Amino acid sequence: MELHEMNSDAAERESRFLKRIAEGQTIEPKDWMPERYRKQLLRMMSQHAHSEVVGMLPEGNWLTRAPSLMRKSVLLAKIQDEAGHGLYIYSGAETLGTSREEMIDQLLTGKAKYSSIFNYPSLNWADMGAIGWLVDGAAIVNQTMLAKCSYGPYARAMVRICKEENFHNKQGYQIMAHLMRGTKEQQEMAQDAFNRWWWPSIMMLGPSDKNSPNSAELMSWKVKLQSNDELRQRFIDRTVPQAEAIGLTVPDEKLKWNPQTRHYEFGEINWDEFNQVISGNGPCNRLRMKQRRDAHENGQWVREAALAHAAKRAKSEAA
Amino acid sequence: MENNHQALFTYCVRLADNALVLAQRLCEWCGHGPILEEDIAISNMGLDLLGQSRALYTYAATLEGAGRTEDDLAFHRNERQFLNRCLVEQPNGDFAVTMMKSFLYSSLAYLQFRELSRSKDETLSGIAAKALKELTYHVRHSSQWVIRLGDGTDESHQRISIALQDLWGFTDELFEMDEVDRILIQAGVACDLEALRSEWNQMVEEVFGQALLSLPSVVGYRSKGGFKGIHTEHLGHMLSEMQYLPRAYPDAKW
Amino acid sequence: MSSSDNWPSWEVFTQKGDGSPHEHAGNVHAPDAEMALLNARDVYARRMEAVNIWVVPTVSIVASTPEDMGPFFDPANDKMYRWPNFYKTPEGIKQI
Repeated sequence: MELHEMNSDAAERESRFLKRIAEGQTIEPKDWMPERYRKQLLRMMSQHAHSEVVGMLPEGNWLTRAPSLMRKSVLLAKIQDEAGHGLYIYSGAETLGTSREEMIDQLLTGKAKYSSIFNYPSLNWADMGAIGWLVDGAAIVNQTMLAKCSYGPYARAMVRICKEENFHNKQGYQIMAHLMRGTKEQQEMAQDAFNRWWWPSIMMLGPSDKNSPNSAELMSWKVKLQSNDELRQRFIDRTVPQAEAIGLTVPDEKLKWNPQTRHYEFGEINWDEFNQVISGNGPCNRLRMKQRRDAHENGQWVREAALAHAAKRAKSEAA
Repeated sequence: MENNHQALFTYCVRLADNALVLAQRLCEWCGHGPILEEDIAISNMGLDLLGQSRALYTYAATLEGAGRTEDDLAFHRNERQFLNRCLVEQPNGDFAVTMMKSFLYSSLAYLQFRELSRSKDETLSGIAAKALKELTYHVRHSSQWVIRLGDGTDESHQRISIALQDLWGFTDELFEMDEVDRILIQAGVACDLEALRSEWNQMVEEVFGQALLSLPSVVGYRSKGGFKGIHTEHLGHMLSEMQYLPRAYPDAKW
Repeated sequence: MSSSDNWPSWEVFTQKGDGSPHEHAGNVHAPDAEMALLNARDVYARRMEAVNIWVVPTVSIVASTPEDMGPFFDPANDKMYRWPNFYKTPEGIKQI
């Protein structure tokens, strides 16, 4: 085929693809897709999966110290769900022509990113409430949108995840509410956790759209359906009343309800901090990566043994 | 509390402590497992065991009738008041140690709960019947791993052999009984653990056979007394961590 | 990064309830079929969302491609007599 024929062929495929997107069709693994679409989705999905897995660590940090059997059970179930979410998304990402091992290798060698939020330390029990309420709250805002995205495997994984995420968010808020009705020390614990997790949670929804290089393209492909700023506003609008309802003070002096726009105005986000954290210089980046690397390396002999056994069995069954 | 009630209280607390202490150890694996699927499987076992401990503590507290709750029993008893068998408090070690421990414990617990599901005490038989379903799964999962590690690579075989050497000395203790058991066996409520020994040996040997493992010929120290509050040094540290918050904030409710 | 510790992938199909068809739920990684089944149950059925599970090595799945869409499926489109609503039932008949 001549080059000009190939080019017009590619252009035609691309325009047919965009037409499918415009019509709200779902793209499935075997469908033709622009290489950039495939790459971007792979980046998004693998980062998302990495975030779920790394997210197990700040909560795992308090699991053995949960203050009641009920809280311990709920926290363990939540962490288990997060492992499952990572698994669903890795599973979906594999349809784009990669393997889980390749994706994990990218994470452990620092080539792939994961959500900035998990680079913050969990310092007291109330952090379990703050993480469930704020971090999962922000995640839900994002994931509810992604459940309608154009790539089938990602959208389906999101639907499954949203079902489970609601329980995470509720139990987090319930922990905070309970602490705020408790002793003076418990109230201080809760306010302290809120102070530390509020701004990082807002940053979780990503840089402002004018600074987000990928946003426009992702919107044109209906992978992203709302801008980062829109999602951030939605999260703030819904969360501030929740905080006030239980007596927490939002650590933002500029926070103000605007009756005309019917949205909250809020203060300046420290994007320097965000950029530092996302490029590996947050409080826990090194620790989280070490924990994940250790788990992976310490597990190698286990994974190898299982495969060796399977090979031996296959051989003896074939004989 | 009258004799039978007191005995049943102690019996339930012993079972609950086994489940809680083992669950606590499994919690330590969260986020550090050899592969995601195994993180999920270990959490599953942990959740089952936590559920079993809660049902048993709650029943024990009801029998006691002194207004204590499951959390009072879990978080406000000290090292000498915990009645778990010493096997379950042993540190996780590597994955081989964890799976061997899980297998040795859940295979015996499976047999014991199978008998208890026929207990004349309705509450206990109900708890046992539910636990039995869960333990069936734990035995399956852990035995599959013992086999794969035993008959896997040289390294895995060595690690699981060492695990067996280290843990075998804690297995006799699983069959220990005292006056509490005798009272309850007489009442048709509890079961004779010694009567389960040969079946347990068969189960274990069957799995070890496939895992190319042999029973240690020399045992050395045989652990005993956990069910009367004599523990290894590990339990104290575990309880410090587990009980920290309720003890640091005695007035707080969580 | 060695490949001697990469577990193969298995597709998981779960049956929601008695009489329902098996539906694709996702995948798991496992070294063999028995572990795949155990893992699938933990990942996809721990909230009692299934009464039965199938696991199939991913490499064993054979799928039609989008290019098949036309020739594979269109000829079925004009055979309307295969659809129940093609048939008018007499008034007053409730069951059918």
